[in-house]
Amino acid sequence: MQQVKNSTQPRKLYRFHGGIHLPDNKKQSIGLAVEKARLPQQLIIPLSQHMGEPAEVLVKVGDHVLKGEIIGKPQGYISAPVHAPTSGVVTAVEARPVPHPSGLPAQCIIIDSDGEDRWCELPEKISDYSAQEPALLRERIRNAGIVGLGGAAFPTSVKTNPGPDTPIHTLVINGAECEPYITCDDMLMRQQAEQVLTGAAILRHIIGADSCLIAIEDNKPEAIAAMGAAVTAAGMVWAEVVSIPTRYPSGGEKQLIKILTGEEIPSGGIPSQIGFVCHNVGTAAAVADAVLEGKPLISRYVTLTGSGISNPCNLEVLIGTPANELIEQAGGYTATVEKLILGGPMMGFTLESDAVPITKAANCLLATDSTESPSSGVALACIRCGRCAEACPVSLLPQQMYWYSRAKDLEKTQQYNLFDCIECGCCSHVCPSHIPLVQYFRFAKTESWAKERETKASDRARARSEARTARQERIKAERKALQAKKKAALAKKKAAEKEGGSDPKKAAIEAAKARAAKKKTQMAQEGVEPGNTENLTDTQQKAIDEVDSRRGEVAAEMRKDEEATDSSEQKGL
Amino acid sequence: MQFPSFTSPHTDRPNSVRENMLWVIAALMPGAAAMFWYFGWGIIINMAIASATAVSCEALVMKMRGRQASSAVGDMSALLTALLLAVALPPLLPWWLTVIGTAFAIVVVKQLYGGLGYNPFNPAMAGYVLLLISYPVQMTSWLPPVMLNENPLTLVQTAMVIFSGVLPTDLTWDALTMASPLDSMRTQLDLNVTLSEIKLSPLWGDFGGRGWEWAGNWFLLGGLFLIYKRVISWHIPVSMLGSLLLIAMLFHFIDQDAYPFGLFHIFSGGTLLGAFFIATDPITACTTRKGQLIFGVGIGLTIYVIRTWGGYPDAVAFAVLLFNMAVPLIDHYTQPRVFGHSAENGGRSGE
Repeated sequence: MQQVKNSTQPRKLYRFHGGIHLPDNKKQSIGLAVEKARLPQQLIIPLSQHMGEPAEVLVKVGDHVLKGEIIGKPQGYISAPVHAPTSGVVTAVEARPVPHPSGLPAQCIIIDSDGEDRWCELPEKISDYSAQEPALLRERIRNAGIVGLGGAAFPTSVKTNPGPDTPIHTLVINGAECEPYITCDDMLMRQQAEQVLTGAAILRHIIGADSCLIAIEDNKPEAIAAMGAAVTAAGMVWAEVVSIPTRYPSGGEKQLIKILTGEEIPSGGIPSQIGFVCHNVGTAAAVADAVLEGKPLISRYVTLTGSGISNPCNLEVLIGTPANELIEQAGGYTATVEKLILGGPMMGFTLESDAVPITKAANCLLATDSTESPSSGVALACIRCGRCAEACPVSLLPQQMYWYSRAKDLEKTQQYNLFDCIECGCCSHVCPSHIPLVQYFRFAKTESWAKERETKASDRARARSEARTARQERIKAERKALQAKKKAALAKKKAAEKEGGSDPKKAAIEAAKARAAKKKTQMAQEGVEPGNTENLTDTQQKAIDEVDSRRGEVAAEMRKDEEATDSSEQKGL
Repeated sequence: MQFPSFTSPHTDRPNSVRENMLWVIAALMPGAAAMFWYFGWGIIINMAIASATAVSCEALVMKMRGRQASSAVGDMSALLTALLLAVALPPLLPWWLTVIGTAFAIVVVKQLYGGLGYNPFNPAMAGYVLLLISYPVQMTSWLPPVMLNENPLTLVQTAMVIFSGVLPTDLTWDALTMASPLDSMRTQLDLNVTLSEIKLSPLWGDFGGRGWEWAGNWFLLGGLFLIYKRVISWHIPVSMLGSLLLIAMLFHFIDQDAYPFGLFHIFSGGTLLGAFFIATDPITACTTRKGQLIFGVGIGLTIYVIRTWGGYPDAVAFAVLLFNMAVPLIDHYTQPRVFGHSAENGGRSGE
C-alpha cells in the first residue's frame, strides 16, 4: 500500500533518464485572471474530439438545441458524447477543417448561437458523491463527455474503470504542465484549486485508491500554494501536493510516476497495471462539475500566447469556438507572427488555418515569430554525437532508430524499441544536425501499422484461398467417392440381375411401362391422337426411363454439393 | 489567416554541427599555440597547408557528387580534420606529405564513405597512419623543443625547408632534427639503458618530454573546456587515460627500470590530444555511454601494448583506428535498458 506521507517531510523523488531544460516562457500568458471568452456567433463542434470512435450525430439541420444538450452520442466503449456548448440552431452537419496534424477536414456539427446561452435541463446534482456507487458516477462522467484534458483526450470514464482485478492504490493528479508557454493548468489550479481537489476526491472514490498525489512542477509556486491550501482547508489527509523539479517531459504519465515513486510502467503497459491512475488537473475539475452540478464538458481553459499574439492570456473557452475569434480577443496577431501552433512548442503541431474550432484536447494556441521558433532549415547528416540518446526520457537510441527508419528497416526499428517512443521531441530539439527525428519515428510507426494491417489482410486472403483449394479438393474427392459408390452399386445391380433377383429400378421401369400401356389404351379408347412421347416402343420407353432415373440421381448429388459449399462458406472459410 | 506548416519541435535549437566543430577548433588552439611555441613555425605552416588541402578537397568532392559544396565546407568538419592532423605531424614535414595525408583523409576516408557522419574511421588518424607507414623516416624526424634547440629556424627558413627541402646553410638534417621523446625512450630501452639513466637526458621534463608535456597540458585544458561545454562527454577521455595510467603504473611498479611511470605515458606523444580530440570524434566513436567506456579502455590499453611491446613508439592513431572498427559491435552490445523494460535482455529486444 502506498503510504501517505506527512507534508512536512519532503517526499523522496526520483529521476528519469534524459529530459531537457527548456526556457519556461510561462510569464507572458499568466498576468491576467482567466476570463470567459466572448460567445461566438457560430460554433463548430467536431464529432471526434477524443480517442476512439467519433460520436454519432443526434441532431439535424434546423434543430434548436439548448446549452448542454447532447448532440452526438458515443459509438462504442472507447468514445465520448459531444454537447451543445450554447443554445442555438443547428445550421449544418458537414466536414470542416479541424485541428489535426493531418490537416484533413472532419465531420462537425455547426451551431449558430441564439445569444441566449440557455441551459437545457441538467441531470440531478449530486452533493454527496461518496454515497454513490462508482458505476453510477462513471456513467455520469461518461454522459458528460469528459475526456483527458491534458492533450491525449482519452475518455475519462474508461480510465476510471480499471476493472475489478486491477487494484489501484494511488491516484495521480497531473499538474506538471511541462511544455513551455502553456499555463492553462497553472491558472486552473490557482483559480479553482477546490474544484480540482473535489474532482480528485471523486476520482479517488470511483477507482478506490488509497492516496492521491498532486504533482506540480516547481516553476508554479502559486499553484503549489493554492493546491496545498485547498488540501489543508479540506482536511483531505490522503492527498499530498508534491513539488517536482521542472524538467521536460516530467508531465508525461510514465515519467511522472517514475519521478513520484521510482516505479516504471512496463513497456506497452498502462499505469493501472502497477496500481496507478493518472488524471490531468483540468479533467479533475471537469469531473467535479459533472458530478456535483451535472454539467457536461462544454468549455475549457485555453492559453493564448507567443510573441505572435498581442496580449497573451488564458481564456475560458466554449468547445467549438473558432481559434481566430479567440486570437482576436487576445488582441490579434503581431506583425512578426510566422507560425500558429496548437499545443506546446515540443509536441504541438502547426495549424495551416486559424479557422478551426477549439476542441476538448486543445490546451494552447501558440503563435510564434521567427526568432523564438526558427524553421530548422536543411538537416545535415547525423554525426552520431549521441545527444539524442542522452536527452531521451525513455533511454532509447534515437540515432539508431533514425538510421533504420530512413532505411525503412521496420523490423530493426522495433528491435530498438520504436514503439516505446513517446514522441516528446527531446531528441529533435538537441540534435546538432537539426534532423527531425520524431518525424522519422512517427513515419516508422505508421509504416509498421500499415505493414501489420497488410500482413493481416494478406494472411486473411491466404487463409481464404487455402480454404477454397481445400473445398475444391474435398468436392473432387467426394465426387470420386460417389462415382466409386455408384460403380459399386451398378456392379451389384448387374450381379443381382444376373441372379434374376428383383431390382427396384427394373420394377419402376416395368410399372412405367404398364402405366404407358394403360394410357395408350385409354387414349385409343377416347380417340385422342398420341403425342410424341406416347406410343413409344418398349426400347424407347426404357431409354427414357433410364435417363429420368439418372437425372434424379445427379440432381440429388448436386443438392448435396451445394449444401456442403454453403456450410463451409458460412464458417467463413 | 493562413500559416505555413512545420514539423515539431518548434523551439530555438540549442546547438548545431558547425557550432560543435567550432568549439572543438577553439579548444584545440591553446595546445596548437603551445606546439608553435615549443616547435616553431612548422606547426603553423602545416596547419595552413592541411586546411587549404582539406577545404578544397571537400568542396571538390562534394561538387563531383552533385551536392552543395558550401554547406559541407560550412560545417567546419573538414577544417577540424586538417587542424587535428596538422598538430600531429612533424613540424618540418615536406609539404607534399601533408597534402597527401590530408587529401587521403578527406577524399578517401571521409568522402568515399559518404561524407560527414558516414566515415567509420577517424580521417585525421587514418591520414596520419598512411603517412607513418609510408614515410617512416620523415614522419619520425622531430624538431627538438625550443629550450634544447640550438638552431631555431625563422619563418622563412622553415617555409624553405618544408616547400623546397632546402636546409639553411651549415645545417644538416641530423643537426636539425631528433627523435621524439617516445621514440628515443624506445630505442634506449631496447639498448638496455635503464629508465633512470634515460631520464637524465635533457630531453625529459617533469612528466614527459620537455615541451611535449606542456603542449599536453594545454590540450588537456582544451579538452576539459570541451567537457564543460558539453561538446564531448567525460567517458572516453577518462576511461582512456585512466586505463593507460593504471596499466602503466602497474608495470612500472613491477619493474621501475624497464617500464616508464604512468604520467609519462599520459604526457608523451599524442595521448592527451588523442584522448580529448581524436577518440572523442562522435562520428567514429561509440555512442552508448557504456560503449564509450569500453572504447576508451580499449584504446588506452592498446596504446600501452603497442608502445611497450609493439613496433611503433606512439600508438594513439593505431589504437583509435583499431577501436573505430570495433564500434558497431560494442554499440550493439551496450544498448541501455529502455524505460519500462526488464533488465534481462540488456535493453535489446526481439533477438
